[in-house]
Amino acid sequence: MSAPEAAATPDIVICPGGPMLVRGEHVVRAADGTEHRTTRLVSAICRCGSSGVPPWCDGTHKVLPPKRRP
Amino acid sequence: MRLPKPRGPLSEQVFTELLDRPHSSPAPAADRADSPDDAALTLWALYELAYTGFDEVDDACEWDVELLRLRRDLEADLEARLRARWPGVPDYEGPLADALFAAIEAHDGPSLAAYVRSRASEEQVLDLLRLRTLYHLKEADPTSWVIPRLPAAPKAALVELQYDEYGGGRPEHVHSHLFVRGLEALGLRTDRGAYVDDVPLEVLEQNNAMSLFGLHRRLRGAALGHLAAFEATSSLPSRRMSQGLARLGLAPEMIAYYDEHVEADAVHEQMAMRAICEALVAEEPATEPDVWLGLFSCLDLEDRTAAALLTTWGEAA
Repeated sequence: MSAPEAAATPDIVICPGGPMLVRGEHVVRAADGTEHRTTRLVSAICRCGSSGVPPWCDGTHKVLPPKRRP
Repeated sequence: MRLPKPRGPLSEQVFTELLDRPHSSPAPAADRADSPDDAALTLWALYELAYTGFDEVDDACEWDVELLRLRRDLEADLEARLRARWPGVPDYEGPLADALFAAIEAHDGPSLAAYVRSRASEEQVLDLLRLRTLYHLKEADPTSWVIPRLPAAPKAALVELQYDEYGGGRPEHVHSHLFVRGLEALGLRTDRGAYVDDVPLEVLEQNNAMSLFGLHRRLRGAALGHLAAFEATSSLPSRRMSQGLARLGLAPEMIAYYDEHVEADAVHEQMAMRAICEALVAEEPATEPDVWLGLFSCLDLEDRTAAALLTTWGEAA
């Protein structure tokens, strides 16, 4: 009997009301056209559009009214 | 690191005995402490034996049974007080991670970072940074004790988070090292324990709670709940700290330390809530109450530190 196959860990995770987590090395092109290389194993990309350090998340979504959260 | 100044009869006697060991002799009873400060400082020093120890103390003291007995009694008292302050698991619906985030958002406490951003003087900021050395110079270490005690999913996620705390393989990026660079640039001391004589009871308790949760497998849920609250109350306050330091024209190296936490902890909070706490509770449901205990204790202990410091500065907390 073979062992059950473990579910693969997703490379991209959408956090409800928060950022998109991306695992691995990527270059992200921000809305303003600038390009940013990831620097950590897992990076959080802003989805609310209000981050002070785009394209990365800085937690700002938490102070937005629930309706404006992604 | 050198032993701190005693704060009462218990710490006085224990520090004297630490210098005498490895000669085995009975350690004093916990009730010899004549104040909460005396008990907390003694426990802090006993915990430090498990981290990097003291220059003048034999490393074997870490596992001295008499000292461990005393530590256990002091820990039992600390844990009982933390549990007594905790209101218990709240009612909630939906995913645990969302409920944990919501509980933190609903929590309203005094904010040192908000004060630093808008009003603190340079001397007050330096005071705060001296107190923060107690944790930031061993940043992430108390949580590392938990790793071997976890099932696969939360273990993998916690290691991923800790790897980032520890610089992603680059010593110059280790968070505690970034803090050291900031301290150096500000002309502050960078050796562990340099400012322990200056820290109030609340900071010792905050530090001891992290070691308590981290060192006891039984309390792994509390350690991870504490981690989740710590990470989830870091990004936005770190931004405020960065802005306050910039307002005062303080060292760019220390600003960089806080800027790193704005980004890093926006990742870590998601991992801590979803991939760590939620994953732990999914596999070990009995740990859930302690996850909430750890979360509450983190917020409550920081509130008490903030209130104490703001009072010292003559501000209503």
